[in-house]
Amino acid sequence: MLDACGVRSAEDLFSHLPEAVRLQRPLNLPPGISEYEIVQYFRDRADETAHGYASFLGAGVYSHFRPVLVDTVVSRGEFLTSYTPYQAEISQGTLTAIFEFQTMICQLTGMDVANASMYDGSTAMAEAALMAVRATGKGRVLVARSVHPEYRDVLRTYAKNQGMPVDEFGFNAETGTLDAPDLDRKMDALTAAVIVQSPNFFGIVDEVKQAAEIAHRRGALLILVFTEAVSLGLLAPPAETDIVAGELQSFAISPSYGGPYAGIIATKDKWVRQMPGRLVGQTVDTRGNRAFCLTLATREQHIRREKATSNICTNQALIALMATVFMTVYGKAGLRELAEQNVAKAHYLAGRLQPRFRGNFFNEFVALADSREPDEINRLLLKKKIIGGLPLGRFYPELADSLLLCATEMSRRAEMDAVAEAFA
Amino acid sequence: MYPENFRYTKEHEWVRVDGDTGTIGITDHAQQELGDIVYVDMPKPGTRVEQGGTLGSVESVKAVSDIYAPVSGEVSEVNPALAEAPEKLNADPHGDAWLVRIKLGAPAEVAKLMSAAEYQAYIGAEK
Amino acid sequence: MITKVRPHLSPNERLLFERSSPGKTAYQLPELDVPAVDPRGALGAENVRASIEGFPEVSEVEALRHFTRLSTWNYAIDYGMYPLGSCTMKYNPRVNELVARLDGLAWAHPYQPEALAQGAMEIMARLEAALAEITGMDAVTLQPAAGAHAELTGILLIRALLEKRGNPRRRILIPDSAHGTNPASAVIAGYAVEHVPSNPGGTLDLEVLHRIVDQDVAALMVTNPNTLGVFEHDIIQAAEILHAKGALLYMDGANMNALMGIARPGDFGVDALHLNLHKTFSTPHGGGGPGAGPVAVKKALEPFLPTPRLKRSGKKWAWDDKRKLSIGRVRAFYGNFGVLVRALAYILAHGGPGLRNVTLDAVLNANYIRHQLEPHFDLPYPAPNMHEVVFSDSRQAKRGIHTGDIAKRLIDYGFHPYTVSFPLIVHGALMIEPTETEGKHELDQFIDALISIAKEVETDPELVRTAPHGTRTTRVDEVTAARKPVLRWKPE
Repeated sequence: MLDACGVRSAEDLFSHLPEAVRLQRPLNLPPGISEYEIVQYFRDRADETAHGYASFLGAGVYSHFRPVLVDTVVSRGEFLTSYTPYQAEISQGTLTAIFEFQTMICQLTGMDVANASMYDGSTAMAEAALMAVRATGKGRVLVARSVHPEYRDVLRTYAKNQGMPVDEFGFNAETGTLDAPDLDRKMDALTAAVIVQSPNFFGIVDEVKQAAEIAHRRGALLILVFTEAVSLGLLAPPAETDIVAGELQSFAISPSYGGPYAGIIATKDKWVRQMPGRLVGQTVDTRGNRAFCLTLATREQHIRREKATSNICTNQALIALMATVFMTVYGKAGLRELAEQNVAKAHYLAGRLQPRFRGNFFNEFVALADSREPDEINRLLLKKKIIGGLPLGRFYPELADSLLLCATEMSRRAEMDAVAEAFA
Repeated sequence: MYPENFRYTKEHEWVRVDGDTGTIGITDHAQQELGDIVYVDMPKPGTRVEQGGTLGSVESVKAVSDIYAPVSGEVSEVNPALAEAPEKLNADPHGDAWLVRIKLGAPAEVAKLMSAAEYQAYIGAEK
Repeated sequence: MITKVRPHLSPNERLLFERSSPGKTAYQLPELDVPAVDPRGALGAENVRASIEGFPEVSEVEALRHFTRLSTWNYAIDYGMYPLGSCTMKYNPRVNELVARLDGLAWAHPYQPEALAQGAMEIMARLEAALAEITGMDAVTLQPAAGAHAELTGILLIRALLEKRGNPRRRILIPDSAHGTNPASAVIAGYAVEHVPSNPGGTLDLEVLHRIVDQDVAALMVTNPNTLGVFEHDIIQAAEILHAKGALLYMDGANMNALMGIARPGDFGVDALHLNLHKTFSTPHGGGGPGAGPVAVKKALEPFLPTPRLKRSGKKWAWDDKRKLSIGRVRAFYGNFGVLVRALAYILAHGGPGLRNVTLDAVLNANYIRHQLEPHFDLPYPAPNMHEVVFSDSRQAKRGIHTGDIAKRLIDYGFHPYTVSFPLIVHGALMIEPTETEGKHELDQFIDALISIAKEVETDPELVRTAPHGTRTTRVDEVTAARKPVLRWKPE
């Protein structure tokens, strides 16, 4: 090979680089290690985490059992080691699976069209806001304080340089649902979208219809955010919703210390050209057989460049495939039963504690810590190898006396009883 | 091929004037260059456009081309047929597949555009 | 002998929704150990949905077969060479998959106490340090989810710094050879884009830069090596021109596979750059993601990095979200941690000397392809190339065959196509990047295939124009797909 290239060593291939750019020393990184040593290094790191603890953390990331089929499928090299399916003839596996994914997201959300995935729920929400701005020609966004605090942070980062003012409206201190009068007061004719989450950050099934009415009265769109996808087994987004932006982590995607997850945007047919992200469409090949391909690509950065709907390129395809397999395994009956189990577990736990809000909740809720400090409760639980709830003072100073707790199908009764004891 | 009663731009749009209204489309040369057209995006009636400003866009599978207004004025009508059947733009760009009608704001602009003969010479040279 | 693929067993698998039967299930749930709750009472009867219309109803084995059959319709790195230019499709080591799935890492919740997340944080800190050393930069954020997300982050950092200095400025310069994400990212960060023409050699034109860089330019976004695979020879001078006017140099590090251990962006004037861990650092592409796009910066930009930042607090790692100058979060939590684990595993496996060898092999492979194919395909930019090589279809176009046709015919020879029609500055581009993964045997097969196709273009152009012939699916009708979009399945 060197002969064919007319050089004596591979080093010679770099001789045209200016001397000033050349690194004159070896990289200051240790020499390579073997497979065994790699596994050992990461085992040691994994042992320095909460390995073997039960957990009642939710707050946007949920512990659900991952059916074994999920990793069986995504470990297949054909899915794992393929590129974005631009070459339709040899990518029908990925394309077909994405088409099924888009269909299932539509079935779950009641929307007409869903994209092939966004990075995560937080960026999906920010992109949905930008989409509403394009669709309405207005610039301002109103977001509920009961939307995940980190999602709102991301929205502000995206909005800052787009000339998109972001304002917030409150939640009802009694029910934990959105404060409709506050929203109504803050609405104006320049508002492009109202953003609400349901179940909201406090786990409460929120008043989405009411928010939609207020938004539509002033010509704004209603963006519904979800972080707990399992809730869709029992709760359908109201038909008044214009855009759904959500996080699919609950669908067999490991918590994995915050990512990778998969976000989605789904919407009505009329907004499809304003929607960011890849889309797979059905067509036929030259023999007349059904086939799938990436379509409506002219919305995307590689064609429209600076006029694109978004800069997103790489998305979360393999993670979306995990969710696809999860939805297939649970299916029509299973997703509902799973959601019912989550409701039952969370209501058992809540029944032994003091919920802070009266509103209906799915699988997490805010519990008042009246006999001990939230941190003290968590310290007691850690001794029993239980990670308690999320102390809310960090995000909501007025809720510094409360913890956000989540129970799923993986929460065992004995552990929930232990949590109740720690609160007592 | 290129109707004598149209005037043409270097960006491959045409305009046909009837009274104070200009009908606007893209040329046969343009549709050939674009290939199979899949989507046409035009402004709502009432939109004001300046000569040379962006009027809308036309998309093929892998390209988007801006359409520039050959004349200034106010959009009075958008061809409703193209939303459902963008392929008409490939089939009949000088006839049924006109894009918009504009109420002319500055009729004098029209005379400065190319005649059919000038346009044909122009695309001949471009090749 | 030239080998070609032949149709393999390709079952006609229907969609999940078409093969569902009422009542079939594939899931198992334990018996409830708490009292059941009526969801209508708990959630409000008006909120509880009817059943999910159309949702799948299949058995476990049907589910497994369905996805297994679909998988056989994909090409993959595991099948063979994937010569997509600028995509760096290299082998994805399987040990990386194993370590990312270790319970203590895969089940770590982002809000679990820091004391119980030290291992995860240590992994991130170690990766940050390794990437800083490889790039010659001072600080790294691992938060961005992919390359385009990282570009947005990088430009927001630049904007924040310039704002602090008094004027965020209005324009970002982008060469005409750039990736499409660059202009899109700049616009989302609130900038106007100005395209910079390349010089006849396909590289940065210093005279043009001298002329257009002024106090209104925030930054130049450059890919180095550029999308022609050519190292930007005048990069240091370009950085000087920018810095003299108070502008910054942003580098798209998509092509870092050409530079490891050889040259470091931090040493040639780059102020901020991003890496694509799913390219250079071997994390699997997964049919389009997930990726990860760390951004590495010089000291001046460090205060603006997204929150939270890792910091050392005594002997422990802690998250610091009290950083006044930060641009804020660009996503929830800390980044695509599972991808970061895989990338660190790759770096540990190779070590410093190994990463340098990766670059040597990648560049040697690309040059070998260039020399073997140069007699058969037009090479529009003859400058020395690094990790990829870009030909044009100008000779074949005379016979009416274009780069897209040649690419499709390559499928019949058992290879994934190269990158087609990019970069835009080459008319009819064939952009080929072999990576270090391929050995001489695979490279020779690939070269023979392209030479054979070049001959077919002369003798039987129709064969090439209508390729591929050996696949389950032939060329698809993208026009109908776009004109009458069918984006979800519906019952007939």
